[in-house]
Amino acid sequence: MESVGKSMKRVDARGKVTGEARYANDLKPKNCLTAKVVHATIANGRVLSIDTSEAEKVPGVVKIVTCFDVPDIEFPTAGHPWSVEPAHQDIADRKLLNERVRLYGDDIAAIVATDNVACERAERLLKISYEEYDPIVTVDEALSPGATPLHPNLRKDNVLLHTSFRSGELGEIDYEQAKEKAAQKYGADQLLEQTGVYKTARIAHCHIELATSWAYVDTNGKVTVTSSTQIPHIMRRVISQALGWPVGKIRVIKPYIGGGFGNKQDILYEPLNAYLTIACGGRPVELEISREECMVSTRTRHAVRGEVKALYTRDGKLLARTMDEYSNGGAYASHGHAITASIATIFKDLYHDEYGCRSDATTVYTSSATAGAMRAYGVPQAVFIADCLVDDICAAGGFDPLKFRMDNCVGAGFSASNGITYYSYSMKECMRRGAEAIGWEEKRKAYEGQTGPVRHGVGMSIFMYKVGVHPISLETSSARMILNQDGSMQVELSATEIGQGADTVFTQMASEITGITPDRVYIVSTQDTDLSPFDTGAYASRQTFVTGKAVKKCGIEFRKKILDYASYMLDRPAEELMIWQNRICEKLPEDESTKIDPAAVWADFPDVDFKPFDLKDLPNGEDSILRDTGNIEGRPGKALLDMKDLAQTAFYSLSRSEHITAEVTSHCKENSFASGCSFVDLTVDMPLGKVKINRIINVHDSGRLINPQLAQAQVHGGMAMGIGYALSEELLYDAKGRPLNDNLLDFKIPTAMDIPDLETIFLELDDPMGPFGNKALGEPPVISVAPAIRNAILNATGVAMNELPMTPQRLVEAFKEKGLI
Amino acid sequence: MLQIINMYVNGRREELAVDIRESLLETLRERLNLTSVKKGCGVGECGACTVLVDGVAVDACLYLTMWAEGKHILTTEGLKSPTGELNPIQQAFVDEAAVQCGFCTPGLIMTAVELMGKGRKYTREELRKEIAGHLCRCTGYENILNALEKVVGYPKEQGGE
Amino acid sequence: MYDIERYIEAVSVEDAIQHLKADPDASVISGGTDVLVRLRSGKGVGGTLVSIHEIPELHGVDRLLDGTLVIGPATCFSDLAKDPLIRSCVPYLGEAVETVGGPQIRNMGTIGGNLCNGATSADSAAVMQTLNARLVLQGPDGSREVPVTEFYLGPGKTVRRRDEILTAILIEAKDYLGFTGCYIKYGKRKAMEIATLGCCVRVKLGPAPEDSGEGPGTENGGGQDPAALQTQNAAGPKSRIIRDIRIGYGVAAPTPIRCYKTENLLRGRSASDPSIYELIGEHVLEEVQPRSSWRASKEFRLQLIAELARRALREAMLSSLGNSLLDQTSAG
Repeated sequence: MESVGKSMKRVDARGKVTGEARYANDLKPKNCLTAKVVHATIANGRVLSIDTSEAEKVPGVVKIVTCFDVPDIEFPTAGHPWSVEPAHQDIADRKLLNERVRLYGDDIAAIVATDNVACERAERLLKISYEEYDPIVTVDEALSPGATPLHPNLRKDNVLLHTSFRSGELGEIDYEQAKEKAAQKYGADQLLEQTGVYKTARIAHCHIELATSWAYVDTNGKVTVTSSTQIPHIMRRVISQALGWPVGKIRVIKPYIGGGFGNKQDILYEPLNAYLTIACGGRPVELEISREECMVSTRTRHAVRGEVKALYTRDGKLLARTMDEYSNGGAYASHGHAITASIATIFKDLYHDEYGCRSDATTVYTSSATAGAMRAYGVPQAVFIADCLVDDICAAGGFDPLKFRMDNCVGAGFSASNGITYYSYSMKECMRRGAEAIGWEEKRKAYEGQTGPVRHGVGMSIFMYKVGVHPISLETSSARMILNQDGSMQVELSATEIGQGADTVFTQMASEITGITPDRVYIVSTQDTDLSPFDTGAYASRQTFVTGKAVKKCGIEFRKKILDYASYMLDRPAEELMIWQNRICEKLPEDESTKIDPAAVWADFPDVDFKPFDLKDLPNGEDSILRDTGNIEGRPGKALLDMKDLAQTAFYSLSRSEHITAEVTSHCKENSFASGCSFVDLTVDMPLGKVKINRIINVHDSGRLINPQLAQAQVHGGMAMGIGYALSEELLYDAKGRPLNDNLLDFKIPTAMDIPDLETIFLELDDPMGPFGNKALGEPPVISVAPAIRNAILNATGVAMNELPMTPQRLVEAFKEKGLI
Repeated sequence: MLQIINMYVNGRREELAVDIRESLLETLRERLNLTSVKKGCGVGECGACTVLVDGVAVDACLYLTMWAEGKHILTTEGLKSPTGELNPIQQAFVDEAAVQCGFCTPGLIMTAVELMGKGRKYTREELRKEIAGHLCRCTGYENILNALEKVVGYPKEQGGE
Repeated sequence: MYDIERYIEAVSVEDAIQHLKADPDASVISGGTDVLVRLRSGKGVGGTLVSIHEIPELHGVDRLLDGTLVIGPATCFSDLAKDPLIRSCVPYLGEAVETVGGPQIRNMGTIGGNLCNGATSADSAAVMQTLNARLVLQGPDGSREVPVTEFYLGPGKTVRRRDEILTAILIEAKDYLGFTGCYIKYGKRKAMEIATLGCCVRVKLGPAPEDSGEGPGTENGGGQDPAALQTQNAAGPKSRIIRDIRIGYGVAAPTPIRCYKTENLLRGRSASDPSIYELIGEHVLEEVQPRSSWRASKEFRLQLIAELARRALREAMLSSLGNSLLDQTSAG
């Protein structure tokens, strides 16, 4: 390959290191008004009245709107593709401002003024009266009899949704019956059981850019919102729903954004921002919320509790597992039950149980921060529960956790109940490489029988992650390519650059397919829903896979149009031509030795019947993972025509003027699993409850890497996020539902001093479903870090920490309870 | 509440009427359009607004503009050469893929410029401490440290200690 | 923007005091890292800020002829940490303020502000306690000196009146000469952190009474020649005793504290006595009053108080005795 697979420098790097890259707030006009959201100071209840008379007298105040003023429209906020089936549509459960207060900090009014001080002074002068109900901050409180339903018009109680997934025989029989069957087969004395309750914490995304937008009404009457979002086209639809305006009258612009991690895969304050500019006669209004609001008034990762049970044999065969899981969904549905369902699914699928698995999951409304999408969409929670359980089984049964996982993990060719299939399977190879890199055997041996206050441990965890949302939801994407007069090209997409490097890898893909070199591929980074073709945006680690197919398909069409024109100019059949390094060349027959495997191009023909395979089934055994997926059939011969000359002629020819463009929609109906694992070696200083990570290694099979350097950087970031998730991050609330640590000092994301050097290993196994053999990469790096750390602490100290984060205080308490300190 | 202030910004003398209530962050962004100075928290916890005042890195959000009278302010916009070449630390950030979303990047680069100004070399552990006032959620700091090591670190083969 | 009505750039201490006296809504701002954060959270808004940021005489560190260190309160943490006098006389103070926030905050926040904000979690607090620092407060009616051990009234409250300016922090030679010390900040992160606990232990070792004729418990180190002390220390730990010890804590009580009783108990003990580590850990617990908060439970803080005392003592001893201590004891 020419471009794909190379560590090309980011196309946006220069703009970002010079500070010239513009983010939403950098683009606001000089005369922009400032808006401030007024938040409720009770956790559950109702606003009875808001007296704005004194506040309105504050110099500089332009407009105050309250929950009694806004349209009586409830709208959904999830960054999902809209479902045409009403039953599958996202839950519409909030208004722009809410009279019914469902969490401490609920949005009840907004002030627009000439500056922030005027907003703050006005806010202090509002007279607000409430009717107050008991806060229901926890899942247990929200489910207790007599708890106020937070959304009585939608649900009679606070259960947002409950689902039950079953696999294998547990689809027919229950756990106890499976146990009886197992007793007959293996003998009752050969069976062991493990139970556990594992909890994960509510955390904040902490993208360094705040959630921010500004809006105005344009001269054409369109409300135009510039926002820091992952999903501009979805935002356009949701603003339209929230305002009751037609979609065509909404325009969303997305410039560079300072991180999202799923928080900006939700519609946050943009509909309110749109409403406020309309309320101010179309004047520009900025709505940049504070860091504190960002922590608790946007979205969070679901805190979950998993109650689990496992049946296994004395020689380490997993027979059956059950899980009853509860997710704290917070005050509003956001992504609804989708994330919790993802937790239940991955818990079930990550291991193979002889008799199957039952995985029940419930999302619960509570009067606390709304939970929504966050990097890896529930899978970190699922894997924490699943892999705590596995290591507890290993500790009890005396198994080596690596061997147990090798014996019981999801196997090659696994096909999930929804049809997603493990095509390129490398879970075990990932484990082998990680174990070798960390020195698993030696370290497990060396760390046996330790005494003293400071101990060492090594631990691991594995994960699988589906790519994109098909078939649960729609996967569709468009791409547009335009030839410039100089033979360079424009690429326009609505898949978004959010820091992950999307613009760069799409540039590489476009170059790969068209033969135009990457320096002449100009990708339009900004999305403008008036101009950019439709795509649902950045989430689900979908873009290189789903949008990648659109880019590939568009590139093939674009290339064909160029070659058709070249054929006209050169008077030779297009089939004899190819584009190579900005030149039209003669196409020579492909060298047999570099001939591509048909599997590589199957992605272009999704209807081809495809057989799952393991590494060993590939034509050349393990070596075949190096197999290339070239997209230009043939090899270049004599150069015949420069692209620049072709373009000039195409534009300006008096005999045949043709503006060469291509635009396609790619409806992606394929999926696969990415997988990998984390290995951790650490030291625990028990009297101080301090964990020092000596080495941490993530191994990933994300298929073919489009850009190895950027792929590695993605993994670094996920690993650091996983370390924070393991050891320090937790959003805390008091009993009244008031947030305690809604800032970057008290909510502990790691600093550079808290992160060790981060090691990465990739297995580049081509996946037949990916446009370039690639699979998901953006989210997976965070998944298996926390359980690997937890399991290393277990190895070091014998103490099973069952709750995240494993803070010094929790560790000290656990060590004291065990009499270790 | 406007007052006239004189300061040197990226080498140029600026005479500005500013509100006494302004932070340097606001003055640089809103009045001088120097939007590399990013706001991530407003309370000195993230480091995204780091600029150099007389060569010293400070959080511009907690620096009253009134204090800048007569001082020399440097932001990322002031680093490129007149002909557009990147400063060595900017180039190292590009080469080492130390940039992702890019929001913490200008602030980190300013801290790196401060370190370059000290004329000494740093170990990787020292560099961790020197950049601990910058939160980054994308990179795990790994490539940022690699970029810094290239410019102000010990050469790799010497082992960094 | 910050919600203030007036801003005054004081040109001198006297000028600042005049403005503070004249305007009852006026308060002092120095580095700004606490004052501006408070303003942003809506506390103390709408008043006047009197800035002492640009007053040169409040910056820097000096040593008087009698050895007294004079620290300018507007000296920022990073300047303090790299000051040659601080590094040679009270290095643990420099190390303590190097743990404040991150580098930018240390370039802005000042040692005076760290004291005047009255926080028990201030990173200089534990060290200042052990240094018997004296604070010079200047107000409209003149100047007064307050020992730092009597400076705090409660969380966020000090004896400093609104119209007083902290003009100097004094540390006498007898309080630093001959001491080695260690400050340990315990936080959940390694930077950008508010201390869960701060512990400073400083020791001065000397020959046993039968060798020197001096009794334990004396604090007359003022005129002692540091070089002579080093020679004494070189004699090895067996014949060394703890001639003086100071134990200070932040966050172990509502204000920074000293543990005088434990100090008295350890003074005079042999430096090679392994039981001193257990003793310090046990006895400090009787002198502290940590509270439970969402940041940390009382029980957890008690665990840290004892463990950090042991470790800080050990580090302080190691600084005096070098690695020979490792052969003598197995504590820690």
